[in-house]
Amino acid sequence: MGGYGFYVWGSYLVALITLGGEVVLLIRRRRALKRKVQ
Amino acid sequence: MPSRKLNWYRYASPAAFYPLAGKLIPWFAIPAALLFVVGLYVGFFIAPTDAQQGDAYRIIFIHVPAAWMGMLLYVLMAVYAGIGWAFNARLSSMMASSLAITGALFTFLSLVTGSLWGKPTWGTWWVWDARMTSTLILLFLYVGFISLQAAIDDVRRADRAGAVLAIVGVINVPIIYFSVQWWNTLHQGATIRILNKPSMAPPMLAAMLIMLAACWLYSIAVVLVRLRCIIREREQNATMIAAASA
Repeated sequence: MGGYGFYVWGSYLVALITLGGEVVLLIRRRRALKRKVQ
Repeated sequence: MPSRKLNWYRYASPAAFYPLAGKLIPWFAIPAALLFVVGLYVGFFIAPTDAQQGDAYRIIFIHVPAAWMGMLLYVLMAVYAGIGWAFNARLSSMMASSLAITGALFTFLSLVTGSLWGKPTWGTWWVWDARMTSTLILLFLYVGFISLQAAIDDVRRADRAGAVLAIVGVINVPIIYFSVQWWNTLHQGATIRILNKPSMAPPMLAAMLIMLAACWLYSIAVVLVRLRCIIREREQNATMIAAASA
């Protein structure tokens, strides 16, 4: 990455954590809701 | 012959929209995942290194779509909140609540990736520049909307209060967009304009547009999943309240 690896990979890591985290939390919320209904 | 005309108003009801949303989710989630892979491949393996910024520019493939999504989702949130408030449409208010978290996350992502891009290109993580400050205000508006709704127990009152904040805050979106033209900012001007030819290499533009499409489809999928959760939670609470008061 021509010396910019920290900034470039850092950006995509933050994106993965943010968007991946949203998906994980949504799945957990949906499961908790299903358990509550049952 | 029976009429095949669809009654779209039927889907304004949360109960009717709930199964439709469930059917739609995979149609957005799977293409979103595929487009993320294609967009990153084009961005990292096909797009050339920039003559001025080197490889640091590759941050744009996530930064620009995140910034656009932050603004677009805010406008959508304000529109849905406004419709919910004006027409007492419950599903619209639920949609606004569902959009808020995804919009806030994209705005947060645009600020962080912008900062990570700013350090190697401008030599600083942050400046109180018009574009960055107005984007930070957008994040505060999202956080305000989410907090306000969470702080009010009565759902209908929470929706109305949120709608007022969302509608007032929408003025910030054109300020963000035109900030680079109205003020002398450190942030660069728009590279892509509707009427002018883009000032970037076609593979760079392709990667950015593919990532933008991926972010759009991702947003629709997660917003629909969250909307289904909100519908279930609210309908369940309404049933419990009705049972308790009977």
